[in-house]
Amino acid sequence: MKNYDMPIFAALIAILLVAPLAIYPVFLMKVLCFALFALAFNLLIGYVGLLSFGHAMFFGFAAYVSAYTVKAWGWPTEIGILAGTGVAAVLGLIAGLIAIRRQGIYFAMVTLALAQMVFFFCLQAKFTGGEDGIQAVPRRPVLGFIDITSDIHFYYLVLAIFAAGFLIIYRTIHSPFGQVLKAIRENEPRAISLGYHVDRYKLLAFVLSATLAGLAGATKAIVFQLASLTDVTWQMSGEVVLMTLVGGMGTVFGPIAGAAVIITMQNYLAGFGEWVLVIQGVIFVITVLLFRRGIVGEIAALATRLTRGRGEAGHIAGNPATTS
Amino acid sequence: MFELIGVPPQALFGQLLLGLINGAFYALLSLGLAVIFGMLNVINFAHGAQYMMGAFGAWMMLTYLGIPYWGALLLVPIVIGALGILLERLFLARLYHLDHLYGLLLTFGLALIFEGLFRRQYGSSGLPYTNPIPGGTNLGFMFLPWYRGWVIIVSIVVCLATWFMIEKTKLGSYLRAATENPTLVRAFGINVPRMMTLTYGFGVGLAALAGVLAAPIYSVNPIMGSNLIIVVFAVVVIGGMGSIMGSILTGFGLGIIEGLTKVFYPEASNTVIFVIMAIVLMIRPAGLFGTPR
Repeated sequence: MKNYDMPIFAALIAILLVAPLAIYPVFLMKVLCFALFALAFNLLIGYVGLLSFGHAMFFGFAAYVSAYTVKAWGWPTEIGILAGTGVAAVLGLIAGLIAIRRQGIYFAMVTLALAQMVFFFCLQAKFTGGEDGIQAVPRRPVLGFIDITSDIHFYYLVLAIFAAGFLIIYRTIHSPFGQVLKAIRENEPRAISLGYHVDRYKLLAFVLSATLAGLAGATKAIVFQLASLTDVTWQMSGEVVLMTLVGGMGTVFGPIAGAAVIITMQNYLAGFGEWVLVIQGVIFVITVLLFRRGIVGEIAALATRLTRGRGEAGHIAGNPATTS
Repeated sequence: MFELIGVPPQALFGQLLLGLINGAFYALLSLGLAVIFGMLNVINFAHGAQYMMGAFGAWMMLTYLGIPYWGALLLVPIVIGALGILLERLFLARLYHLDHLYGLLLTFGLALIFEGLFRRQYGSSGLPYTNPIPGGTNLGFMFLPWYRGWVIIVSIVVCLATWFMIEKTKLGSYLRAATENPTLVRAFGINVPRMMTLTYGFGVGLAALAGVLAAPIYSVNPIMGSNLIIVVFAVVVIGGMGSIMGSILTGFGLGIIEGLTKVFYPEASNTVIFVIMAIVLMIRPAGLFGTPR
């Protein structure tokens, strides 16, 4: 079957290149950061079948590290972002070593608990600034010459980071390594019996996912010049689950669509206070009950039905989580 | 005044009592989670929200209807349990043929809805609830408020009664059999779907009961459930959900350890349970009382 992923990606990038003409760039940067976050999360749930309910720990902690190194230690922006990403990778290695010892819903509970531990650490540690967070993080020129004080310049840098993250994930999914991950998702005992060191594969996927979630968080901290407790809460972990679920778990573009939908919704509903929580909950319930394939998954299924007989369903993972 | 391991005994026993109280709630909530999981294979993320609704139920009955604490203690679990039965019939029952994760996601959504609605209506500052048994007694080494003693006793009695019901009665043997092999039990003419519905209602009722018990101790607050449920998840991971008695013992034990941490190293009191969880996972991945699958 012909694979339309790369043409679709090229079209998406083309649209994003001209998007700032019509849409406020800070809003676009927020969508891109969360889209990368959701893509990283989807690597686990969609392709390994592991539901992490604690991804905010990587996103939020990387945000703190990049904001702190740039503001307090005066590190250059790009080094600050890399530092945040690197710390998220180390945190991912530690959390991964603990969490992959259990499967299914236990994995979800363990990651949630570990993330809550990171939350309490951030609440009590001195460098995070407690309830205030780290504010007014400077936007220094990247590599010494790319001025990012203008939102429009910075937008194209964030777009480049997003595209790089997407391509890393895309390559991972379509590599032999990715095939093993999918085999683990479909039937873990069989993958073990074939001689694969399943835990190593899971751990590596977990670290990669944590690293890219950290990259998203570290970038977001520079975009908003702020790192705060909001980004490490369990609600944030829930939001990325929601984005991926709405967009389509186990689809290549689903997390991007989901992030765009949820961030847009939050933007419009910002004045309604606590209703946002209720509406997010309602979307969760409706999606789980009626649209388990998510936006992109449903579209792909529809396309398959229309062209029946000419190929198998693109990248829909029939059931994204069969391990338990 | 003498000191014990460098700590005044008043502070030590005071924190131990607080730990025991927390443990009572951990035990009640993790027991409910374990009962629901055993039967439905669903991790009830809304458990914390249902606990919060129990506390609000008691507050609302007192404020709007004038029903005192003792009435609420009986009525609230029944009302919230009935709501749980409704949720199970309307939503959860549609997900049993799918992966367990969908049940978790659905109940997470429900938890957001409940918490959001209560926050919208009552804010998040918390409402006071009058202590129904004021006063206490001086035990010599510490002061024991009557109400706190009452909570510990109720929790132990309810936990043991649940354990007895599941492990020692005929109804419990049906339940355990249906957990092992629902198809076979249905073939014997037992209505397993109805048992699942009632089990969910019972588990939710336990959460609501914990909420009513908590109302006079903690302020009644829409976010009281979500913070607690994550700790209870860690308790469940530590204990393993295979054994009812295991959940009870782990709940009380961890409450006490948390209390002791508050005395000796207060900075770690929020995280000690998560640290224990990490250590237990490294040494005994199935949990202290779990059986490896």
